[in-house]
Order: sequence, then structure tokens, then C-alpha cells
Amino acid sequence: MDSGVEQTRELPQEITTKTDTRDILARETQYQIDKGFRDWTIVDVDAHHSEMSSWREVVEYLDDPILKHYAHEFQARTGGAPGLSNHMPGLRYQDAGGRIPHQTHIGEKVEDDSVHRDVTLMRRSMDAMGLDHQILFPGNLLQLGTHPQPRVEAQLALAYNRWVCERILPMDDRVKTLLYLPISEPDMCMKIIKEFGENPNVSGFMITAVRYKPVHHNQFIPIYRELEERGLPLAFHAGLTWGDDWMKQLDLFISMHAISFVLCNIVHMTNWIIHGMQERFPKLDVIWIESGLAWLAFLMQRLDSEYLMRPSEAPLLKKLPSEYMADMFYTCQPIETSNMALTEETFKAVKAETQLLYASDWPHWDFNPPSTIYDLPFLDEQAKRNILGENAVKLFGIDTKKPKTA
Amino acid sequence: MAELFVGREDEFEDRGRKVIAHGDLEIGVFFVDGGFYAYENKCVHQGGPVCQGRILNRVVEMISDDKTSQGLAWSEDDVHIVCPWHGYEFNLKTGVHPGYKNARLRPFDVKLKDGEVYVVT
Ligand code: FES
Repeated sequence: MDSGVEQTRELPQEITTKTDTRDILARETQYQIDKGFRDWTIVDVDAHHSEMSSWREVVEYLDDPILKHYAHEFQARTGGAPGLSNHMPGLRYQDAGGRIPHQTHIGEKVEDDSVHRDVTLMRRSMDAMGLDHQILFPGNLLQLGTHPQPRVEAQLALAYNRWVCERILPMDDRVKTLLYLPISEPDMCMKIIKEFGENPNVSGFMITAVRYKPVHHNQFIPIYRELEERGLPLAFHAGLTWGDDWMKQLDLFISMHAISFVLCNIVHMTNWIIHGMQERFPKLDVIWIESGLAWLAFLMQRLDSEYLMRPSEAPLLKKLPSEYMADMFYTCQPIETSNMALTEETFKAVKAETQLLYASDWPHWDFNPPSTIYDLPFLDEQAKRNILGENAVKLFGIDTKKPKTA
Repeated sequence: MAELFVGREDEFEDRGRKVIAHGDLEIGVFFVDGGFYAYENKCVHQGGPVCQGRILNRVVEMISDDKTSQGLAWSEDDVHIVCPWHGYEFNLKTGVHPGYKNARLRPFDVKLKDGEVYVVT
């Protein structure tokens, strides 16, 4: 007899720091299947791993014997991370007091010991989100630009770059990186570009945007020239800081995070544009990462208005600042969508169809799964495909013949 | 209309829950202050598994008569479910975000029969 009661199955009650990445992201996997975009080419231009969890390994790649000695001594007394780094305690707020479990600690079980644990975690996120490729960045090391010891920043950058190129990237064809450039030490930047510029897993280079040196300074020009000659993209990866004087007035993480992530890119973009860097390096592909998109419409109008009144202060410019801005590339995350009309206008202003790159920022608390782009009501299918993958395929020359594994 | 069996009433402690699936439909059923509440396990933000997040009381700020802030406290009445993807919070009794009334979870009716809990879909 039909009881009228349907059979159900029970799911885990709570997602915790121990939950498998594939279970946390299961809804995204299912959504892609339901909507039929699981087989689209999807390239994630900003994801992170936690290099601090492997800090003992990373410091073994330090060239400088004295710094290595310090690293060992720090470990012996305090257990490893974050010795030598300038890890900022305020970052601990990112998981909103334990409300967002995938942010701070990824404690899920990993049985496969044939590859580094980070590789397994990346594979799980790529499989769950249907990614063909992922550009991987470190986490806490993105703070290194404000390290009080530029020489330590440079040595750690070299050590991390060597470690990630040897231990992580070769393990999975789908994972690439834009390697860290410690621009406080231009000689080290040139050494890093020469050492890794031909590495097939290095798709370009990255400057962490939380730093206080004007990016147009003559000191840095050889770095940009070298990248342009090699045809390698340059990215500015934004970050947060509670350390500068403006941010010290913002006494909640939400406020500091909302402003500082954008402010650093606004400052560097302004210098980049007004000092005519796009005229000086017209073939250098420049990517602005992790500031969302709302700041772009604001800055375009603001700089255009000022430039029209004061062209003598920006003599290298041959067109409007907003036109230079629309020649560059942007990652979408964390996308602002509370006012969809503004979002749509911003997409038009930055020519999103060709210039916007999907980025997840997984596993961070404000990550965007690919469905965020798929669901935008004002994009046609080709625009969605471009943003989710095709733009990145062109920009990085990615080989799309290799199938995704899941 | 279908009735989905969730569990026995006595399996639910205060602030307890079960999350069940029926085909693609996932539903969280919560027991709060003596009442049952059910919502789709799909966040209005980006579709995350909201019913599998942490249950925490709402945070309130204590403003005294002279309008100065006296710091933060846990609300004694409002219990929230926090979406584990990005942290949207919803009142467990209303399914509504504390600061944005348009952000609300999809509710389901809960039926109790002979000590058993069902959701009606
Ligand atoms: S999907 Fe729930 S907070 Fe984003």
C-alpha cells in the first residue's frame, strides 16, 4: 500500500573544517550538471594554497644560510610557521569567528601520500568546480610586500618560488602559477624571471599589491621591460592590511577588508595609468586580481575627469585613462551583485566580454564558484564562456586539448 | 504534494537538526525553542548548503540611552543559521537575513504525526 511518504536519505548535519572539499562544493557540482555547463572550459585565475602549512619545507629552500639558521631556530622554539614571515594576526578574522569553515583550516582527510597534500586538495576543488586549469597563489605570503626586511622578503620569495615549482606544480598539469616578484629588490626579480621564465608551469609573474613603493619608479622599469620582451603577463594581486594609517581607523575586519583590498589596487592603477605605463609597455599584458569589480567604474570616471582638466600632468597619455583601463585584464572575484544594474554597467565599462577572467579565490571565505558568472542575467552564452575560460585560454596560451579529469 | 520522513521527534535536541535529501531536493529541518522549522538547503546568495552551517545566536550591539556603544553581546532570542560558503546568516524561525529582508530561505511546512517528523514538499 502506498503510504504517501517518500524515501529520503540523510546528509551530514554540519560542514566543518574536516569536511571533504568535494562535499563542501557538492552543490556547485550538481548545479553545473543540472544547468549543462559542466563541460565548458573553465579556468580559475586565482586560487590559493596554504604555504604556511608547509613552512618547514619552504624554508629548506632558503639560499641564505643565516636566514635558514634563524628559520630552524624559530621552528625549534615555536613550532615552525610563521617564523621569518610577517604573518598578520588580524588575518585570523577571515573565517568570521569560525562561521566559514573552509577559510582558515582545511583539516580533511587525505590518504594519497604519493603527492603533496596541497596537490590533492587542489585536485578536489578543481574536480568539484569543474575547472580545467587553476592559477595557484600562496596565502599569507601575499603580505610579504610590507615585510620590514626587504632582503628577507626577497629570500623568502625565491625559496617559495623554488619550492612551489619543484614540489607542487609538476604534480598536476592543470595547475599553473604567476610567480611572486619581490619588487623591493629588483635584482632578485630579474634573477627570478631568468630562473623561472621558461618554466612551463609559470604562466607569468605577480606583484603583491599591499606595498608602499610607487609602481612606476624607474627602479622597476627593467622588470616590466623583461616581462614584455618575454611575452609574460604581469599581475597585481591585491590584499589586505591593517597596518597603514588609513586602515588603522577601521576597527572591524569587515571594514578593513572591504577598503584595503581595493585601495592598494586603486593606488597602483592610478600610478600605472597616469605615468603612462600602458604607453611605455603596450605589449605587456597586465592583470588586476582580487578587488572585485565595483572599483573600476568609479576609478575610470574619476581619472578621466581629472585627466581632462590636467593633461599637462600626464603627458604620456594619448587617450583617456578609462580607455587604458579597458585594455587590461581583471579577475571577477569577489564579485559585487547587490545592485545588478551597476554590475552590468561595470561589465560594459571594462569590456568584460574580452577582458574579464573568472577567479574562484578558493578556499577563501569570499570565493566565487563558476556558477556566479553563469547565473549573471545580462550575459549571453558566449560572454559567459569567454569570462569563465576562453579569455584566460587566449591570455595564457593554455592548451585546452587535455581533458579535465572529472 | 509529498510528505518526506525526517526522523522521530525525540531524536531532535534543542537546536538540533537533520538535513535530508529527496532526489536533488535537500531540506534542513531544525528544532528551536520547542518548534520545528524547515528550509531548502540552498542559500539565496550563491546556492551554498546553508542548512549545514553553524547554528549561532545573532550578535547584537548594546547601545545605551545616550547612544554610546556598550559593546557586543549574543541575542537571547534570535537563533541564526550561518551559511558555510560565505557567511550569510538567517533567523532560524523566519528564514530571513537580519539586514536584508529580500534574502530569505525557501521554507517548507513541517508535520508531526505519532511522534514522527515530516516535511511537506
Ligand atoms: S552561498 Fe550562502 S553565503 Fe554565499
